[in-house]
Amino acid sequence: MYPDDLRYSKDHEWVRADGATATIGITSFAADELGDIVFVELPEVGSRVEQFGTLGVIESVKAVSDLYAPVGGEVSEVNEALRDRPELLNGDPFGEGWIARIAVDDAAQLDSLLDASAYAELTGR
Amino acid sequence: MAYSPHTEADHERMLAAIGVGSVEDLFTDIPEAVRTTRFDLPSPLTEMEVRAELSRIAGRNALPTVSFLGAGAYRHLVPAVVNEVIGRSEFATAYTPYQPEVSQGTLQSIYEFQSLICELTGMEVASASHYDGATATAEAALMACRLTRRDRVAVSSAVNPQTRRVLQTYCSGPGIEVVEVPADLAEGGSGLTPASTAADALDGTVACLVVQQPNFFGGIEPMRELAEAAHAAGAQLVAVVEPTSLAVLAAPGDYGADIVAAEGQPLGIPLSFGGPYVGLMAARMASVRQMPGRLVGATRDAAGRKGYVLTLQAREQHIRREKAASNICTNQALCALAATAYLTAVGPDGLREVAELSMTQARHLAAALESAGVGERRFSAPYFAEVVLRIPDAARRHAALAERGILAGHLLEREYPQLRDTLLLATTELTTDAHVAAVVAGLEAVR
Repeated sequence: MYPDDLRYSKDHEWVRADGATATIGITSFAADELGDIVFVELPEVGSRVEQFGTLGVIESVKAVSDLYAPVGGEVSEVNEALRDRPELLNGDPFGEGWIARIAVDDAAQLDSLLDASAYAELTGR
Repeated sequence: MAYSPHTEADHERMLAAIGVGSVEDLFTDIPEAVRTTRFDLPSPLTEMEVRAELSRIAGRNALPTVSFLGAGAYRHLVPAVVNEVIGRSEFATAYTPYQPEVSQGTLQSIYEFQSLICELTGMEVASASHYDGATATAEAALMACRLTRRDRVAVSSAVNPQTRRVLQTYCSGPGIEVVEVPADLAEGGSGLTPASTAADALDGTVACLVVQQPNFFGGIEPMRELAEAAHAAGAQLVAVVEPTSLAVLAAPGDYGADIVAAEGQPLGIPLSFGGPYVGLMAARMASVRQMPGRLVGATRDAAGRKGYVLTLQAREQHIRREKAASNICTNQALCALAATAYLTAVGPDGLREVAELSMTQARHLAAALESAGVGERRFSAPYFAEVVLRIPDAARRHAALAERGILAGHLLEREYPQLRDTLLLATTELTTDAHVAAVVAGLEAVR
């Protein structure tokens, strides 16, 4: 149901670890729950965020939600495509709809996150 | 539905439910000393007697017959159509409706207001109005802090002192530091904010430079250079403007303003003991999600018909609570409607005439005072419709003229100790040659 190679937060973000860099996004569950996403406020490249700190804002036709960082570190890249095409979060949340890349401070933080089966249990899907 | 207040029985039941003996017991936290239970009021009067008494008190108001008082509030002609429009029962509400989409007419009027403000300022988006010009300015500074993620604000000392005090109040809560950029008020000075002085105050920690055009002294600021100084430091330019002046001066959108704030009172709203007024705010579309206040958008319904909605509500407090762009702003829908009716009635040519007549009379006034040897211009810079004159013994003469029903402008030494013996005099299209003659003669007489 959810990709096995990712880790998940209880706030419905996913992380793909690649060495010291983590790519993060929101899960298909979160995207479905939010409905049509119309705007993503992206963090600034070079800004720092604590684990579970606020990284940005996601606005859909029916709700506004904060985006939390599943791991802490420095934002090294953001998905510029989302500025014009926020709907990528609905269409391809685990791929083209990635949100940001973070240079991870402490890889051990990943261990505190859920794996795919635990996340599936959390969401009931 | 019966509309009745609580009965004694209701009181008893409520008190019993919360376990309190009497209504008085609810106030025991308030010290006895300030819990006045007796007021020294006169005995009751009939309605006729009350009217007579209030008329007697109102008769003590000393209404000036000639006024050159401006300093942020200006007496302009309000065409009769303005009050006719805002008095209509469909519109006569002070606030945006809380079930907005059912009130298409109200939303359309606000949309037209926003469109007019965009046209006037040359900006891309305008809000549905704010409480007044000062709070709009303070909100603009906070908006710049959010946009730049910086926490200092630079403001010219030639911005209206009252506006600066409101700005200071707004910034004190979130811990934003307000730094002052001194205008050139020296003898023989311009009375303007030098771009080089502004540049010295700006660095990577300052979110915005707040300057007023025309400034508090009526002077025409070098806005383009000030915008360049702000942008060079990565800061925003907040332009505080006077709306009728935009008919003759460059639009903020043309000289690089990032956020525009204004007191909208000159647009069809009478002087009335300081309010209600209306704040205007406009910005670039790229910043719209950090803009405070309500915003009306035009759209189409399912059948393809044009309709109006409150849009981008995710910025607002009823959706995002503590993360809203502002939790302390309001709007002035009825005054915004007055501004809309005014701008529509006078049109671009009419507004230009208002501005030009106001400017012409200011020059006439300054020349008349100078040639009579009563005073001389204190600053060298070009001015709009308000001018600062050095007049010996200004405070005493100002007071003496007030006794004769002539308000000879605003005494500047109250807020600017270095500007002793100076008066700030404002003119509008309602200023007649006879008014000018009266103030010149009055100042000569009390010499």
